[in-house]
Amino acid sequence: MTGATREQVEDFLFHEADLLDQWRLPEWLELFTEDAEYHVPCMDLPAGASPDNNLFYIADDRFRLGERVKRLMKRTAHVEFPHSKTRHIVGNVRMKPRDDSDLDVRAVFTTYRTKDGITDLYLGTSAYRLSPIAKGFKIKNKRCVLDSDTLRPSGRISIVL
Amino acid sequence: MNLMSQSNEAGILVDNSKKIFKVARRNFVDPDIMAAEKERIFERSWLYLGHSSEIPKSGDFVTRNVAGRGILFTRDAKGEARALLNTCPHRGMQVCREKKGSAKSFQCFYHGWIFGLDGKLRSQPGEEGYDSDFKSRDTSNMTPVPRFESYRDLHFISFDRNIVPLPEYLAGAREYIDLICDQSDRGMSITPGTQEYSMRANWKLLTENSIDGYHATTTHASYFDYLGGTTGMPVGDAKSRPPGNGYDLGNGHAVIEYPSAWGRPVAQWIAAWGEQGRTELDRIFNDLVARVGQQRATRIAKLNRNLFIFPNLVINDIMAVTVRTYFPMAPDYMVVSSWSLAPQGESDWLSKYRLQNFLEFLGPGGFATPDDAEALEQCQRGFGNFKDVPWNDISKGMNSESPGARDELQMRAFWTQWNKLMYPAPVPQKSSVAA
Repeated sequence: MTGATREQVEDFLFHEADLLDQWRLPEWLELFTEDAEYHVPCMDLPAGASPDNNLFYIADDRFRLGERVKRLMKRTAHVEFPHSKTRHIVGNVRMKPRDDSDLDVRAVFTTYRTKDGITDLYLGTSAYRLSPIAKGFKIKNKRCVLDSDTLRPSGRISIVL
Repeated sequence: MNLMSQSNEAGILVDNSKKIFKVARRNFVDPDIMAAEKERIFERSWLYLGHSSEIPKSGDFVTRNVAGRGILFTRDAKGEARALLNTCPHRGMQVCREKKGSAKSFQCFYHGWIFGLDGKLRSQPGEEGYDSDFKSRDTSNMTPVPRFESYRDLHFISFDRNIVPLPEYLAGAREYIDLICDQSDRGMSITPGTQEYSMRANWKLLTENSIDGYHATTTHASYFDYLGGTTGMPVGDAKSRPPGNGYDLGNGHAVIEYPSAWGRPVAQWIAAWGEQGRTELDRIFNDLVARVGQQRATRIAKLNRNLFIFPNLVINDIMAVTVRTYFPMAPDYMVVSSWSLAPQGESDWLSKYRLQNFLEFLGPGGFATPDDAEALEQCQRGFGNFKDVPWNDISKGMNSESPGARDELQMRAFWTQWNKLMYPAPVPQKSSVAA
């Protein structure tokens, strides 16, 4: 797909959010390239910090991302069994072509996680690097930066942001 | 806190003849107990503040909340680490409002008072309105924390002026801090990035959980599934490995020490780290042997340690080294901060694998810690029944001469000290409670 429109990018991100909210995680995983990364840095790190020499909350390569999905689909992922209900809301989508054929996309997200009578809010920005394919895109990189000072009171990132 | 001394309900119940050690579930839910803990434990213990490596140069600072107190952890112009109560002597405002940084001085913006890195008042607007020796008075300076000492670059504070010196307080825990810090001959350092999270559970549940070898197989089943795929060897069930040991280190400190299936950056190789990793880990191990001898090197590199330092510091030397401290905000809510501790100047390659290893298990986004949080929160919910089901049992291993890492000696060490501080003599008799 060349000359992608913002509408197409938004449709893709909304589709991703919907797969997550439906807990169709194996299908969600298919959205990623084989060399994909998914990162959630700690909030006291400077922008652009690398997980190679900084402590993150999540720094998955494609292998670990696959293992995360496998784990979350098990009953023994106790924190998410039974599954929480989530609602991923994506907005303020902006895109910028790169020198290669990929796109840099920025969006804001609000994600709610509800379980056991408690609803937690995750708020932040996500930066994607998307690779156009014949029908849509693949995610090469997804980095979610939370706005809150700390991970309180939610206390965990047991879902995918 | 008269109600504590008036209470005829015991905090713990010990019967050595029947090998029973029980802990009252009320200890996890009662707001009066939490208020008493603040006075009797958090105001009277040595509490972890931070690590030397977080403020390497003069002027570097970190602000941190320790047991509800705002603390400014800085390094003064002479290179001395300082711990100041982060409150202006003038009208009380928090002087430093940044989480970390580097400064030449600290200014309280409210009225513009300026303090040196040592907390001494340097200048204040309208000085002519004050007595001529005002600036030379101690009361014009920021106040240091009453007690401030360090051991192996770990800095602790205490609000109790009369507390025993830190090395004496640490007692048997010193041996284990040494084992961890001896991983490097260049010192250890905190990796940038703080995991700051929380659990909707009583803080003492995390104490228990951090030194509990018994829960791993079932609570962390999914982590061990994962690990089996990365180590190149069957992880198997815990029964296939020696159980290790649990030790009471005195003053409420405790440790478990045990072998494991996971890789250790210093230094237990796993297949996922490839041939480059094998070469590097062999080199690290051989260097360690040359420095501390075969026996100590093997203990340092091949065994894991979950070390608890009373009342709220955990240093777990496992698939990575995590330093974790936590405080109660309510009987059913705690805040947790954790860091990664690593040998100073570790190679880029090893640092990367260390951090991957850390995140696979540890922290709020890991494959294990979130399940711990779930377990602790479900315990807290279960304690809603404490009036009818009043006791926890932590007697596992009481029938053994040398309890293992999957026994509960460590928790008994904690609770015995907790009880001693919370219920000074006379100890309630067991005849006054139902087993």
